[in-house]
Amino acid sequence: MKKIEAIIKPFKLEEVKVALSELQIEGMTVTEVRGFGRQKGHTEIYRGSEYSVDFLPKIKVEVVLPESLLKDAIAAIVSVAKTGKIGDGKIFVSTIDDAIRIRTEESGEKSL
Amino acid sequence: MTKLLRKITGVAAAACVICMAFAGPAYAQNAAAPAGSPAAVSPAAASPAPDAAAAPAPPQQPDSTATAANGGTGIDLTWPVPAASDPKTSLTTGAPTIDDAGKTTIGANSELVKNVAHNKVSINIVWTLVTGFLVMFMQAGFALVETGLCRAKSAAHVMATNFMIYGLGMLGFWVCGFAFMFGNYANGPVNIGWQPSLGQGLMLLNHGWGLGELSSSGGYKYGLIGLKGFFLSPSVFDTAIFTLFLFEMVFMDTTATIPTGCMAERWDFRNFIIYGFWVGMFPYAIYGSWVWGGGWLAQSGVNWNFGHGAVDFAGSGVVHMCGGMIAIAGGLCIGPRLGKYGKDGKARAIPGHDIPMVMLGTFILAFGWFGFNPGSTLAGTDNRIAIIAVNTMLAGAAASVGTLLTMYVVTGKPDPSMLCNGLLAGLVAITAPCAFVNSAGAVLLGFIAGVIVVFSVFFFERVAKIDDAVGAISVHGICGAWGVLSVGLFANGSYGQGWGGVHKLFKDGQWMRIVNDGSKAVIDQYNTLIGTDPKTGGWTDIGVTGIFGKIFGAPEGDFSQFQAQLTDVCVCAVFVILFSLAWFKISNLIFPIRSKREDEIAGLDVPEMGVEAYPDFQITDKSSPAIE
Repeated sequence: MKKIEAIIKPFKLEEVKVALSELQIEGMTVTEVRGFGRQKGHTEIYRGSEYSVDFLPKIKVEVVLPESLLKDAIAAIVSVAKTGKIGDGKIFVSTIDDAIRIRTEESGEKSL
Repeated sequence: MTKLLRKITGVAAAACVICMAFAGPAYAQNAAAPAGSPAAVSPAAASPAPDAAAAPAPPQQPDSTATAANGGTGIDLTWPVPAASDPKTSLTTGAPTIDDAGKTTIGANSELVKNVAHNKVSINIVWTLVTGFLVMFMQAGFALVETGLCRAKSAAHVMATNFMIYGLGMLGFWVCGFAFMFGNYANGPVNIGWQPSLGQGLMLLNHGWGLGELSSSGGYKYGLIGLKGFFLSPSVFDTAIFTLFLFEMVFMDTTATIPTGCMAERWDFRNFIIYGFWVGMFPYAIYGSWVWGGGWLAQSGVNWNFGHGAVDFAGSGVVHMCGGMIAIAGGLCIGPRLGKYGKDGKARAIPGHDIPMVMLGTFILAFGWFGFNPGSTLAGTDNRIAIIAVNTMLAGAAASVGTLLTMYVVTGKPDPSMLCNGLLAGLVAITAPCAFVNSAGAVLLGFIAGVIVVFSVFFFERVAKIDDAVGAISVHGICGAWGVLSVGLFANGSYGQGWGGVHKLFKDGQWMRIVNDGSKAVIDQYNTLIGTDPKTGGWTDIGVTGIFGKIFGAPEGDFSQFQAQLTDVCVCAVFVILFSLAWFKISNLIFPIRSKREDEIAGLDVPEMGVEAYPDFQITDKSSPAIE
């Protein structure tokens, strides 16, 4: 089992959700997050004084899936979340040891 | 030391209240003496007073004045009876009689005439009350604007200051603010033929103190303070006076709530509580008595030939500039919010937490301004209210556009919080001149206010370094001063004839000045001059006129009015700032003005109010700059 953590632009969430659903991925967890990468933040002016927006709002999508779907899922996210401009985000992939569905106590890939 | 001071103030306050309460009946006795002949009102001048100014009213039924019927003083305050042949009364229908000259007229004492007169006063009272209710609703606007421009972590605290100022200030105004401000109202300088629009009961406000000789009418040459109407005691238990109290009370609340925005997010709530009483009792009331209560600034036209004296129609100076000057003093005493200025001395932005709330509040204020300005006629029967309302909305609109353009040029983005400041700046500026300018003047002075407010905000933020969370000093203080001055620049002479007791007559390029001392000689002279006889008459009575009045329709510009306006602005700035500085320094000894450092960092909601504004949301405080 693998976990994908995709940091994407907030307005891309709907497209990413649809793309992943088409791959028969059953669930996902979405979090509103703030952060910065290489582009850093930018400065704005409020009532005549400059301030920097260091942490830009992003959406983090977490999906745990069987290894067989990993390549397709990454391709799907990249294809819809890419604008080609700075700040498109990142995808992190990690290995998951186990998963348990609380209601039935099933574990492993059956629980996904 | 501090504890002792607190105790002393507590005891003194209690003693004051007790004394005042017992003093009530004494004022009632004082009132009985000078009532019979209303001071500067001239009964004989019922005929040709200027239409635009408060026109002389026909006789009035006694039940709308202070009589036993409405719980009043029992003093006979019936209106002067006009001549039976008065054309104004004979135009009505009813049971006619034939007078000595053989003309068919209606008797001045007929039921019909009395009812018409009664209705006129009733319309004025209803108008003044309803517009007062609109102004009361502006408290909601102020609360939303100030809270939205502050951080979420102190939102309940900022809202609570705006909420409690209503109760605290009102009680202070009831105790002595109203008496200081309007106790001397009836002794103020007025035009020939003036009648109190809310009813003769206003003539009970006839006791004050001042300098210089005491005139025959009972007023001092330089009125300094009113001294009647403490606790709205039985001596002033009258419909006209209660109407005036309501209207001026909500104005006071506007003044009182301006500094809460400037000093937000760091003001210890206990210090704020004693401030609330103080502001209702003293600064607005004392300065206001000089301009609106018949005091020495209003008398500067009569005394020093300064136009019509200080003219401030609805309070650019008395209400807004006064509040802005208190805010300057408060901002100086309380210091900037933690993190506002870095070690390099540069200002850091502390963005507000709810811009939609700010804009909603601004619209509520703009709506309330339709009570603020048109209501200040104190008369629904003064049709000038239409012009005032239109001027008010035009100036606000022009100012918001002025700010929009200025912000695009200066910073490249309009900044919604500045747009709100812009609209309010225009409304503040038009408040004094709203009745005296035409639409071009309103748009021009509004637009200029919209530009001024931007640079003023930048000045106080970067140069003066007074941390003003909401721009209160710039919007109300600076643009209020601009509004007062603009009367002396743009007024076009079409309104305010005889204001401040000074009639400015104009004929063939010449001015003539007539001061109304209430004597029959002056009234006869005035009537002759404005009469139709080409030899002795033909003069036109010109209202308040500014330096550039000619451009806007006056026959000639008038520099003397600007002198009065400039004096007014300087007096307001010096007196209110010094008086408020003294207060904040003294009150700081009773309760420290500044919240505790750790409370300010955590947000004042829980430490001082005991509850969070938004407990269901996580407050990230991402807008607070680092404290250096």
